[in-house]
Amino acid sequence: MIANLSFAFIALVASETEGGSGSLLSVNGGLAFWTVVTFLLLLLVLKKFAWKPILSALKQREDAIKDSLEQAEKAKEDAKKILSENQNSLAKAEEEAKKIIEQSKLFAESLKEKMITESKEQAKRLIEEASAEIDRKKNAAFDELKNQIAEISVNAAEKILRENLDAQKNKKIVDKYISDINKN
Amino acid sequence: MIDSTSTSKAIADSLAATQTEKGTDWILHHVMDSNYFDFSPFLKLYLPHIQLFGFDISLTRQIVIMWLGAILLTVVMIGVAKSYKKSQIPKGFHNLWEIIIIFVRDEIAKPTIGKGYEKFLPYLLTAFFFILFGNFLGLIPFSATFTSNIAVTATLATFSFVVIQLGGIKTNGPFGYFKGLIPHGVPILLIPIMVIVEFLGLFTKPFALAIRLFANMTAGHIVIYALISLIFVMHNILWAGIAIPIALFIYLLEILVSLLQAYIFTILSSLFIGMAVYQDH
Repeated sequence: MIANLSFAFIALVASETEGGSGSLLSVNGGLAFWTVVTFLLLLLVLKKFAWKPILSALKQREDAIKDSLEQAEKAKEDAKKILSENQNSLAKAEEEAKKIIEQSKLFAESLKEKMITESKEQAKRLIEEASAEIDRKKNAAFDELKNQIAEISVNAAEKILRENLDAQKNKKIVDKYISDINKN
Repeated sequence: MIDSTSTSKAIADSLAATQTEKGTDWILHHVMDSNYFDFSPFLKLYLPHIQLFGFDISLTRQIVIMWLGAILLTVVMIGVAKSYKKSQIPKGFHNLWEIIIIFVRDEIAKPTIGKGYEKFLPYLLTAFFFILFGNFLGLIPFSATFTSNIAVTATLATFSFVVIQLGGIKTNGPFGYFKGLIPHGVPILLIPIMVIVEFLGLFTKPFALAIRLFANMTAGHIVIYALISLIFVMHNILWAGIAIPIALFIYLLEILVSLLQAYIFTILSSLFIGMAVYQDH
């Protein structure tokens, strides 16, 4: 039944086609011919002079945009890296400076300590030397004094012996002598 | 070349035509192709008859409008192509065309064909803009809509058919392509039926393309003419108050349909190319 219907439809279309300009479904061979010619020409001309340059220009531009985006991304990454490197080296330098200051502080402290002890020792030595010198001088003075006393005593004895043997007088003489010595 | 008659004769002709034709005949007369431009009531512009090896290739108004569209399209697109030589940055008028070209490339060709879509892009772009220009030129009063002629749409569909088959054969090889038409995992008993079905399917696809474009572009115009003819059929000018706004609405709808049909023809062609090139799905 469906086949019959479709045959009927085809027959209807065909009869209308034979009617010429009477049907919407009639195919004009001339028009089809000109469509083929026009479309093929259009396709060739546009392909060569329009689509190729346009599509390649679009692609070029898209690639350029992609490239510059990638480059920007890379530059950003690089800048980040450099920044972190800078921060690292800055931190390192700070640490080093701190260490140097610490070290110099320690050194200064030790130097101070050393100088103080050294100067103390030197003073002590000087004092010791001075006291030794004083002792020595004192001893020498005593020795000299002793010698002088002995000499004076001998001289006094000699004088006493030369004078008479008056005890009282002798005594006076001795006293006078001694007081003379004291005056000296 | 083109012999035109005097204005008075044209008026007389059109008056005679309206008296002899009755009912809806004049609608078909406006929608269908003819060998003259009907600028009634001013004049009729007759086009020359041409014969080539006994084959009638007379010019018709739809052919002239087709050439006009082709020339416009060529001028516009070469202008766009030249603008890229000056600067990579698109401006104003050229920007509009670039958006449409990128739309055809990224929304039609790329997703439906996939890898290797660049080879088919020139055909798809040409078909899209050819149909688009034809649809829009047909909306101009006194013009003709060549995309509403079955001969034109059938020819375009034939081009799509050729591109689809060549694309499939080129990628898969002649044997691989026809073998790939039959889906995997079909029981052996069904294979003879599948061969017939798939073979018919090859032709129904472009047939549907041709009918869809033809019917859509014809229907809108017929509706507009029918609405306007209400005024004359009813012999009352008051009908214009209803008929004109609705006709205007249909006309605006036609603008949408013009865009849509160009898009549909292109995306379906592209889809069929994709199916022929990659048969695994």
